Parts: sequence; C-alpha cells; structure tokens
Amino acid sequence: MTEQIMSHTSPPVGSDITVEPLHEITLSVNGAPHTATAPARRLLSDFLRRELGLTGTHVGCEHGVCGACTVLVDGAPMRSCLMFAISAQGHEITTVEGLGTDMDNLSPVQQAFKECHALQCGFCTPGFLTTIHAFLETNPSPTEAEAREVVSGNLCRCTGYQNIIKAVLRAAEIRREGGAA
Amino acid sequence: MKPAPFVHHEPRSVEEAVATLAEVGHDGKVLAGGQSLIPVLNMRLASPNHLVDINRLPGCDRVEVGDDHVRVGALVRHAQLLADARAASALPLLGQALACVAHPAIRNRGTTVGSIAHADAAGEMPSVAVLTGAVIEAASVRGTREIAATDFFEGPLETTLEADEVVVAVRFGRFPTGTRTAFLEAARRHGDYAMAGVAVALGVTDGVVSDARASFVSVTPVPDILDLTEAVRGREPGTVDWSTVADAVAAHVDPEADIHASADYRRALVIELTQRAFAAAAQEGVA
Ligand SMILES: Cc1cc2nc3c(=O)[nH]c(=O)nc-3n(C[C@H](O)[C@H](O)[C@H](O)COP(=O)(O)OP(=O)(O)OC[C@H]3O[C@@H](n4cnc5c(N)ncnc54)[C@H](O)[C@@H]3O)c2cc1C
Ligand code: FES
Ligand code: FES
Repeated sequence: MTEQIMSHTSPPVGSDITVEPLHEITLSVNGAPHTATAPARRLLSDFLRRELGLTGTHVGCEHGVCGACTVLVDGAPMRSCLMFAISAQGHEITTVEGLGTDMDNLSPVQQAFKECHALQCGFCTPGFLTTIHAFLETNPSPTEAEAREVVSGNLCRCTGYQNIIKAVLRAAEIRREGGAA
Repeated sequence: MKPAPFVHHEPRSVEEAVATLAEVGHDGKVLAGGQSLIPVLNMRLASPNHLVDINRLPGCDRVEVGDDHVRVGALVRHAQLLADARAASALPLLGQALACVAHPAIRNRGTTVGSIAHADAAGEMPSVAVLTGAVIEAASVRGTREIAATDFFEGPLETTLEADEVVVAVRFGRFPTGTRTAFLEAARRHGDYAMAGVAVALGVTDGVVSDARASFVSVTPVPDILDLTEAVRGREPGTVDWSTVADAVAAHVDPEADIHASADYRRALVIELTQRAFAAAAQEGVA
C-alpha cells in the first residue's frame, strides 16, 4: 500500500516528497501489541481508529481543545490528536476500550457515568472516562473543586457538566467500596 | 484536518539532530511535545517537509538545580517540572506559573522549553524566563551559544533562534534570598490561554522593599521586564499601597483586542492583577 499525495493538497515547499513513505508502527494498546503500516503524519487518534479499528477514541477538534481523543500514554492522559502514532512506539497506550467493554463489569468511572446520567450523545465520553480514570489513580478521594478541575480540559456540548462532576465523585466512591475493577 | 506529508527524523543525539537541521534548513521544524506545533500542522497553517523529532534525544529530560539557576532540559514536560519538589523550592515562581499553563493532559506532553521556543505572547513561561533572567542554551553544527531571555524574544512567535538551531535547555535564574514571587492570571476557564497575566518578583532586604519587578502575559508583544522599584523602594512590604504602580503598568502594556476581551478590559485586568500579585508576594512566598 503506497499513498500517493493527492493533487488537491498543498504542494510540498521543497519537492522531495512525491510518494509518501510508510512506516511499520508497533504499539502496545490496552496491554496487547499491535502492528500496522502508516505514514509518519498519521495521528495517534487516526491510527487507533483507522489502522487498529479501535473507534472508541473520538475525534472532535484535532487541535487539543475538546479532549474527546484523550488516551492514556504510560498511564498519563494525553491528546491522541496531538501525537503522531510513530511517536507512540515503545509506550503503553490505554484507550477507553481498555477501561472495560463488558456491560456487566464496567469500570468504576463507566459505572458512575451510567448511574449519574453523565452522558447524553456520548461523543465526549471516551475522553472524560480516560481522563477521570487516570485522575482517580493518583487522587482517589477528590473534593468537588478537584472534580471540577479535572474535567476542565474536556468539552461536552450536551450535559451541562453537573452530572459529570457528580460522576467523578461517585466513581471515587465506587472505587473505595471496592467496586468493579 | 490532517497534517501534510513530511519526512520524520528521529535523531538519537544532539549532534545528529543539528546535522539534520543544518541539512533541511528552513524546510525543517523541531518537534518536541507537539502541543503547539501539531495543531498548526493539523490546520495546515504550516507544512514543513521535515520534522526533526527530538523526543528520543538522550539526557534532555533532566531538571538540575544549581546555586543560581534551575536548568530544564528540552524534553522536560510541563507536568514533570511542576511536580519537581527541588525546582519548586529553588524557584517557586516556576510552579506558580506552570499551574496556569494549559490543562493537565497538555502539560503531560508539552515541554517547558518548547513553550519558550514557541514564544507565544500568551504563554506563561516566556514571561517567567525573562523575569528570572533565564539563559537559552542553543546548539547547531556551528557549536553552542547562550542567549539571554531578554535577547531571545523578537515578536509574537518570533525568536532570535536560527532555523538550524535546537534549544537543548533553558536555565532559569534563581532570585536572591529574600525575594518573594507571585504569578496571577485571568482566563475565561482555568487552563485556557490568559486574557492577561503577570509574574512579579519582590526583593526584600532588611525588612524593606529593595526591588520590585514584573513581566506580563498576553498584554505585551514580547515579554519584557517592568521595573517598579522606584515607586516602592524602602517601604515595608506589608504597608505598600500597590495602587501606586497602576500608571506605570498602564503605560507599559500594549494589549490587543480579540474575541475574549477588549484591549481596555485587558489593560484594566492586568493593572488589578499586578497590584494583587505584589500584595500576595508581600504577604508570603518567601523564596
Ligand atoms: C488546548 C491547549 C491549550 C494550551 N494552553 C496553554 C496555555 O494556557 N499556556 C501556554 O503557555 N501554553 C499553552 N498551550 C501550549 C503548550 O504549553 C505547549 O506545550 C507549548 O507551547 C509548546 O511546547 P511543545 O513541547 O509542545 O512544543 P512543540 O509544539 O513541539 O513546538 C512548538 C514550537 O517550538 C519549536 N521548538 C520546540 N522545542 C524546541 C527546541 N528544543 N528547540 C528549538 N525549537 C523548538 C518547534 O519547532 C515549534 O515551532 C496549550 C496547548 C493546547 C493544545
Ligand atoms: S480531537 Fe483531540 S482534543 Fe479535540
Ligand atoms: S454527551 Fe454529548 S458532547 Fe458530551
């Protein structure tokens, strides 16, 4: 598979790229290694969705503002739209699928979102879930102010945020009760 | 949108990085955390043919605390510096400002050195670099050179760094003992770029003010120092009426209007923030 540069894209300044080289990229995603070929410019978000078929990671703005694409890189939340897949090699990526896909065994944050009605259309939800999951690992008993702060980098057009903040606190409670892992 | 195609270079040493930069010249860009560069590429505001990705350079991820400086390597992420207890006690202003830089997910990837190289007038760290008398350590095939922060920033997003140079580290200067600092900004939402912000350093010697300086965020085209010492020298810090600095601040700043705030509002905001920051520094934050 080679990708020819399409004629409607802006031409390269120098003319030394005519056929785009492809790279074999191996990533560890949700504990399992995955290999696929992609050009260097493939964003991690698109690599996850397109090459690996993990469409749980959503793409909203592609400039870091909305937070929908947030995944965990070595446990820390980062924007997958602001990272190239090629840069993620050697790192452990956790997507929303890695938090849990079994409806009967949801992770504490997933369970809390469900209980608190913290989602409507669900577009923003994967980014909130990964962000809050990582946050509770380091801060298992947040105050309401901290719960507000942790979601301040994620946008939701539906819920009005109040239920999301409730869900952060509820997720902490579920974790403390030793609820679903 | 998606970035235009580019050739990805992943140097494993500074020598290799600068050799590549020398070869690709203006057709290349350094990629650090990508938190400013990748949005620009995604929106196709720029389409360099070569990216020199420095993320695998060895030894650049260290924070070193010296007697008169805190040296921050090119790959130190904002979050790493913010969590560094030694840096925080050596230069509290670093943490005071870093807490205002973007949201945690951005801080986990973006580098402090990158935000200085990026030279956004709305960035917190360029302003901190200037106020602390930072030195930018740059490398190229021609060798290394040190650039004083005051000589580094030329205009919004413009620096005196050459296209073939990479910044290997920034040395933030430590303040003399007895200096108190504060950082304050106002943004529509915590973590967003500030409408206005200010870093202040208040020197106190023998119980009285000996030095009072400020640098600004989002209200000057390049960060520069406003020296307010004359207005307050010799006073006990707790008794100063900080409204005496208002006129000097108003004359110094040159804010622009945008969707978030008018120029007049930004000016009013930064005058208030400066007074509050000095008042806060006078109360606490002994360095
Ligand atoms: C949603 C969002 C909100 C943000 N909010 C803020 C904010 O409130 N305040 C703030 O200050 N920043 C903010 N940022 C930007 C963030 O701080 C970036 O991390 C920082 O500006 C750039 O660092 P980087 O490592 O990501 O650099 P990159 O994006 O990799 O590079 C930025 C520029 O600097 C150059 N560069 C980087 N490192 C070097 C080097 N070592 N040598 C030579 N050139 C170099 C690159 O070539 C490029 O031109 C925000 C970003 C996003 C996406
Ligand atoms: S798609 Fe990545 S932050 Fe919006
Ligand atoms: S639930 Fe629709 S955007 Fe958040």
